[in-house]
Amino acid sequence: MNTLTVEHPMIPKPYRVQSLRQETLDTFTVELSSINGTSELPFNPGQFNMLYMVGIGEIPISISGNPDEPRTLVHTTRSVGTVTKAMRKLRRGDVIGVRGPFGTNWPVDLVQGSDVVFVAGGIGLAPLRPAMYRVLSHREKFGKVVLLYGTRSPADILYRKELEHWRARFDLEVYVTVDRALRPWRGNVGVVTNLISKSPFDPMSAVAMVCGPEVMMRFTVLELQKRGLVNSSIYLSMERNMKCGIGLCGHCQFGPEFVCRDGPVFSYDRVKDLLAKWEI
Amino acid sequence: MENLEPILTQHPFLQGLDQKDFDLLVGCAMNVRFDADAMMCREGEEATQFFIIRSGRVTIELHVPGKGIVQIQTLSEGDILGWSWLFAPYRWRFDARATELTRAIALDGRCLRTKCEADRDLGYKLLKRFSEILEQRLEAMRLQLLDLYSTT
Repeated sequence: MNTLTVEHPMIPKPYRVQSLRQETLDTFTVELSSINGTSELPFNPGQFNMLYMVGIGEIPISISGNPDEPRTLVHTTRSVGTVTKAMRKLRRGDVIGVRGPFGTNWPVDLVQGSDVVFVAGGIGLAPLRPAMYRVLSHREKFGKVVLLYGTRSPADILYRKELEHWRARFDLEVYVTVDRALRPWRGNVGVVTNLISKSPFDPMSAVAMVCGPEVMMRFTVLELQKRGLVNSSIYLSMERNMKCGIGLCGHCQFGPEFVCRDGPVFSYDRVKDLLAKWEI
Repeated sequence: MENLEPILTQHPFLQGLDQKDFDLLVGCAMNVRFDADAMMCREGEEATQFFIIRSGRVTIELHVPGKGIVQIQTLSEGDILGWSWLFAPYRWRFDARATELTRAIALDGRCLRTKCEADRDLGYKLLKRFSEILEQRLEAMRLQLLDLYSTT
């Protein structure tokens, strides 16, 4: 599925911070542009970049921006480790290194004519967002489009304004649920897998793209199968410890696959046996 | 006069029951509606019914001292509310509140228990259906307990 080749994959290119926005208590979005401000970095939905904080370290982060606007690189991440905590302190004008884009993409172009079901858990919405943009920019080419999003609490809802905007559209079904909430919350409470049985899509024609914690994805697959989706119509974005980004170093090995090169987006058919193995 | 049988026979929860089962169930069923914010049941009260939600939205919740009302799960069209009528001491363990106008079919628990005692086949069929709901809720609750989206 990887259609883009990176010319010098091991050499980071400098990118300038255009903005940094706090999304929730522990997540933020950084927008980057090339140093000259005009170069483009085309990517496909689902791909990731290696972001390099000089002197601190490099980490893989999915691209969460609009693939039709390749002059701006958008990354949403959680400030949990050394690199992301330093990244959280970036200011407009600061420069960081970018390698990529790497990995496989969501099969958006292959599933035209189908219903599309996006199932996102927590920050898993970020890698799915470019696929949403791509589908919505060619909306007439798809059947029903459904987004099911589950997160921890109302305060943890990512891209809240955008979700509200999408929810207001007549050609898109958006359902949001949280695992826990206090009384003022008037939305849904419960796990995201609960939403699948009532979602308005045709299982015979639907393709599901799923991203979130691995356990959430495993249970999501079970519910999708219950609805009648076949394994080859389910795609997952896997996460492993990616380092080189090009399948050389082996850090992200997942059985016979390298997540950075053969993934992160896999057909469920391809990884179903691997998901059941604790050892990998 | 038309009774509730057509609605009951269409509901997935009761799919597969025999005509004689529906004849028994209809005798225990009544149509109910709850305005937004109306309580459908309260923790500690006698659990005399369960509800088949036809439309609307219901939250299962609990008051936690120091936190306020914690919402545990949202139910909507097609869902089943309540199994406390099945198990002694037949008391609701949680509150349930309609968050919008909600229409449901209430099935009388005492009436059903009596009929199930007399007709063990019906009792077994109902218990199997409730076990499935219990299994689904337990699975969901386990996932919630895992706190999958936490950073720690």
